[in-house]
Amino acid sequence: MTHIWKHRLFWPLAALITLIVVNSVARPRFLSITMRDGQLYGALIDILRGSAPLMLVALGMTIVIATRGIDLSVGAIMAVSGAVALTVIDGSNDPSNLGTVLVAIAVAVLVALVLGVWNGFLVAVLGIQPIIATLVLMLAGRGVALLITGGFITTVNSDPFSYIASGYLTVLPFAFFISVAAIVALGVVERRTALGVLTEAVGINPEASRLAGVRSRGIVWGAYMLSGVLAGVAGIIYASNIKAADANATGLFIELYAILAVVLGGTSLAGGKFSIAGTVIGVLIIQTLDSTILFLGVPSAQSPVFFALVVVLVVVVQSPRMRRVIGSMTRRRSRPEPDPDPERDRERTGVAA
Amino acid sequence: MSTTTTEAVRVERPTSRVETFLGRHAAMIPTFAAVIILIVLLAGAEAFLRGDFITARNLSALLLDNAYLLILAVGMTFVILTAGIDLSVGSVMAFTGILGAQLLVSGQPVWVAVPAMLAGGAAIGLLIGVLVQYFNVQPFIASLAGLFLARGLAFVVSLSSIRVEEPAVLWLQQTRFRLGDWYLTPTGIIALLTVAVAAFVLHLTRFGRTVYAIGGNEQSARLMGLDVARTKVAAYVISGFCGGLAGLALTAYSGAGYPRNGIGTELDAIAAVVIGGTLLTGGRGYVLGSLIGVLVFGTIKTIISFMGAEQSWMQIIVGALLLLFIVVQRVIVSRSERRR
Repeated sequence: MTHIWKHRLFWPLAALITLIVVNSVARPRFLSITMRDGQLYGALIDILRGSAPLMLVALGMTIVIATRGIDLSVGAIMAVSGAVALTVIDGSNDPSNLGTVLVAIAVAVLVALVLGVWNGFLVAVLGIQPIIATLVLMLAGRGVALLITGGFITTVNSDPFSYIASGYLTVLPFAFFISVAAIVALGVVERRTALGVLTEAVGINPEASRLAGVRSRGIVWGAYMLSGVLAGVAGIIYASNIKAADANATGLFIELYAILAVVLGGTSLAGGKFSIAGTVIGVLIIQTLDSTILFLGVPSAQSPVFFALVVVLVVVVQSPRMRRVIGSMTRRRSRPEPDPDPERDRERTGVAA
Repeated sequence: MSTTTTEAVRVERPTSRVETFLGRHAAMIPTFAAVIILIVLLAGAEAFLRGDFITARNLSALLLDNAYLLILAVGMTFVILTAGIDLSVGSVMAFTGILGAQLLVSGQPVWVAVPAMLAGGAAIGLLIGVLVQYFNVQPFIASLAGLFLARGLAFVVSLSSIRVEEPAVLWLQQTRFRLGDWYLTPTGIIALLTVAVAAFVLHLTRFGRTVYAIGGNEQSARLMGLDVARTKVAAYVISGFCGGLAGLALTAYSGAGYPRNGIGTELDAIAAVVIGGTLLTGGRGYVLGSLIGVLVFGTIKTIISFMGAEQSWMQIIVGALLLLFIVVQRVIVSRSERRR
């Protein structure tokens, strides 16, 4: 029993299940999934489909945060990638051609990769603080996206392109399969090879891992490239969903939600140990909470208040001070223990949270 | 042997004097660079544009148009000097702006509405400060919570914009104290006063020195017996308060409260502070530098609208400038680390 209690995914999972239970009590139709024309519909399916862009961005963010970094530019990269994809499709003679759409996607992802390389260069080679280095692109990226679309909102009518976000592959939304593919690919690469361990080593102590022969520069650089590519794909899904490239609205605040998802999933912002499963749960919590808030009839513009409360609650519960208070409450009858070492305490916060 | 040494010394003397100067005043170099960039920008605009760029009217408008940003940048300077960051200021400005407008429309007098705006901003700053100091939350995340909270609260107050017809608030914007072609509005005076008070506090009071000490090395500041906890919380409260003040300035400027105001303004404020020479690692920088940074920011904006270019260039140019300054800072920091 204590093993379950102490597992680091216990609290995120408990939060997600609580949310789902509250929802299904408040509205019984929440859990119902209907089959129409061989395709599944329902609130849960909507959550799975709607979470795809955030899922991709949050996965990239997890790896970046594990290297002690942060990537603020993901929203801007999404805007650029959406703008590139739609401009390519819009400029072609036959927007509905599958080949055109594939080329557009390839070009957009390539541009996103270049932006990721740029971020990685600033952080890994020039040694600039990640927050600041990615802030540059966060500021400039939307300007670039606006230039690409000529300051307008480019719209297209292309069936293969809208399939990405709203189409179904057999019974489930295609966007859901993109998320699953990204989760599985990342899980295999990070956890079935040594890459994940090396990434954690770089995050826990960059200097020590460098001295131990880990090529930290390449690992950090790769993390930003991965984050860039995933944000690029997320931008394509977003653009496909609204069938337009809106440089100002695409991915607005998504970097904040992605960071929140990573933190909710138990990965410490101090770098080091990361949990891909935790991030997946974190994203689902955010998406379910979003759906709950909408169901409550709260205007979506006001939903940030709820997210603020969640952030405050999570960080306060995770904080060393709160842990000490809880610890002293549960340990009151046992023998008095010495004051926990703050350094170890911080480490535990990161792992157990 | 001895001759070569004397020769070497003689050759090296001028460089070493420059080195000493640079070493002693390393903290000021970025601010100097910002001043030079500002002069180059103004001169370049005067030379290449229609030749009527540097006029009393344009320069006066520069302060008027950017008064709110200047106030935000002053608050941000305090936070960044303590090696923190405050992402919430743009949203706090929107929240306090719409809060004030709503209070005024519902019939509250000015002397209730304006203090409520300032207190609302300070309260969000206090929340962030307490999270950072007492719950060990990273400033980035704590102020992120503040951003969400303020933005959401702004929409809770009102989903659409509210016009302000209160004469006392509009007076702040419409009054022009003229001196020839130069003019100053009360909002501009408030902004300049904020800079003056902040400069006084940072350089001539115990609190200000503690702010610098925390940014330099928090552990040392604590061991020296300085009141780190209260100072750090106060820095965020000041930033929140400045957010409220900026909300007042922006409400006066636009004649309305609007919950979508200031999306991304926190980035502009951070950019202005960094361009003004404050190191993001804390402990080094000047609030007067932030004034220069805001002026650089405003000048670029004016030049772009003069040229009739798209405003999207604004974001790209500011991003590029930010990058330039960060690299310059990086070089300075690594030089001073090497000297140690």
